[in-house]
Amino acid sequence: MKAQLYAIFIILFFIAFYLCTFVVQETEQVIITQFGKPVGEPKTEAGLHFKIPFIQEVNRIEKRFLPWNGPSSEMSTKDKTYLIIDTFARWRISEDNVTIYFESLRDERRALSRLDDILGSATRNAVAKHELIEIIRTNKDRVAQTDEALVQGIGKVGTLYPIKIGRGKVEDEIFTNARPKLAKFGIELLDIRFKRINYNETVRRRIYERMVSERQQIAARFRSEGEGEAAKITGKKELDLQEIESEAYKTVQEIYGEADAKASAIYAEAYDQGPETSEFYGFLKTLESYQEVLNKDTSLILSTGSPLFQLFKSFTVQPGSSPSDTASEQ
Amino acid sequence: MSQQIEINIPDLLRKGFVLWILVGLLVVVGFITSMYTVQAESEGVVLRFGKYHKTVDPGLRFKLPFGIDNVYVLPVRRQLKQEYGYGTAGGSNDSQFAESRTRSREKSMVTGDLNAAEVEWVVQYRINNARNYLFKVLDPEGTLRYLSESVMRTVIGDRTVDEVITIGRQEIEEEARDRLDDAVKKFQLGIAIDQIQLQNVNPPPPVQASFNEVNQAQQERERMINEANGEYNKEVPRSRGVADQKIQAAQGYALKRVNEALGDVARFNAMYGEYKKAPEVTKTRLYWESMKEMVPKMGKKIILDEDASQILPLLQLNQDGNGGNR
Repeated sequence: MKAQLYAIFIILFFIAFYLCTFVVQETEQVIITQFGKPVGEPKTEAGLHFKIPFIQEVNRIEKRFLPWNGPSSEMSTKDKTYLIIDTFARWRISEDNVTIYFESLRDERRALSRLDDILGSATRNAVAKHELIEIIRTNKDRVAQTDEALVQGIGKVGTLYPIKIGRGKVEDEIFTNARPKLAKFGIELLDIRFKRINYNETVRRRIYERMVSERQQIAARFRSEGEGEAAKITGKKELDLQEIESEAYKTVQEIYGEADAKASAIYAEAYDQGPETSEFYGFLKTLESYQEVLNKDTSLILSTGSPLFQLFKSFTVQPGSSPSDTASEQ
Repeated sequence: MSQQIEINIPDLLRKGFVLWILVGLLVVVGFITSMYTVQAESEGVVLRFGKYHKTVDPGLRFKLPFGIDNVYVLPVRRQLKQEYGYGTAGGSNDSQFAESRTRSREKSMVTGDLNAAEVEWVVQYRINNARNYLFKVLDPEGTLRYLSESVMRTVIGDRTVDEVITIGRQEIEEEARDRLDDAVKKFQLGIAIDQIQLQNVNPPPPVQASFNEVNQAQQERERMINEANGEYNKEVPRSRGVADQKIQAAQGYALKRVNEALGDVARFNAMYGEYKKAPEVTKTRLYWESMKEMVPKMGKKIILDEDASQILPLLQLNQDGNGGNR
């Protein structure tokens, strides 16, 4: 029976231990309530803690950084561009304000709906105050790298739109606007950022049209460049051909001229030694030209008075020979 | 465990030995449940009564049983990845990719020249601080997804569509990595970013055709230039050759002309030398030599008596012309 008494004692001890203690996890903080009313300091340290059984209740509240994923909602910028914007934020229930949080909201579901309201309207206000480009770009000093091939010519393809403040500052604006409003509920806003920014359907179609026209303009320039370059090359071809041909002609004529001049000089030197040589030259040339001028189509009519036939008539024929020989030649 | 004991109270009161069996069972169960293994790629975080107690290295380890100690084992040495805008099957972790219906929204972005682009990317990361990962942030991987989307859009938002699609890819990867790593540190997610890689980056489908058109036009330009160069190369070298040919021919002519002149002159001088010795005889000889050669070559020969001057009009001179044509 002794053993049984021990057993009962041990069991009772365990029951009492179970009822009087609770564990606070690293990820949470605890508010003890007595008949629904918070008592004592919130337990923010992880570990084993004590309570009065049955009377006191343990309310566990998240201690970690919590994400808030905003619903995507359509809003308009200052320049009336309709966007679908998703934001997300991080928040926590700060140790100092956990009681406020517990009294005003009690659970995360309600906290999230407060966040929806407050952050949603703060975002809407900030977006409406700024032009579209201010929430797209961040670093106002950045100059775009450009693909030389694409950006030549006129038009502002390849340049970034200038901004005054940028996305980071707009986010800060939302943050500073929403933070005090949330603090009232014991919610500490850690930061808020734009997650997605997209054009709505009609704006998107307009943007696409513009993109298409931008690209077509680049394509047109490429084609015209190609034609221009080709024309330039064809022109150069013409120039080079003319130059080559004319220079060849010039050289050829120079060579001819020089050769003719040289030949003339040689002839002149030989033929022009005195009246005798000139005359002899004339005589030779005359005979030479006969050779060339006269051919088988030429009819030669010679008179018997010509040197060739001088003898023909004036020769005294010896008696006995017939003169009809010559007549038959006709 | 203590609840079980509660339920068993009536039994225990009745039979003593049952109690001892139960105690023995408790000890065995306690021993077994206090053993755990930490895999080589992992690290164990031990909590005692919910409070952080210690971090343990890989190996066989023991803890206090019955919920006193709790252990979280995290794969800190494994490289994890998250995919955006697409998803490959067989993920390394639950947050590897988004549901397929949200992917198109995940990848569509606005660029700094107010164009649109579709960007797919992958983030490679490790858990580098198990304590922060477990206790500092609720859903660190979900938060990483949001952050990554935000950071990527920040980076893309500062670039032109051409930078995004072609020339700026590496720079984007680097800047996004640095920014995301900073943000992750600031958010105390217990995660370190190893790398960000851009996957498919395209213009939106409706405008893709016009982007292709630019490429085509670029090719066309090259083609036109090449063709013109081809024409040039076809004609100019040939023309150079022809020019050379003409010049060479002219030089040949020049040589010939001069040589002929020299030859003629040499002949003339020789003849003249002879002629000077007996001019009249030579002249006559030359005349007759030439006649002898010349007269037989001619067609019709008519010899007239020098007194019969009347015959000339009677000759049908044009007959020769016809005869030539015949």
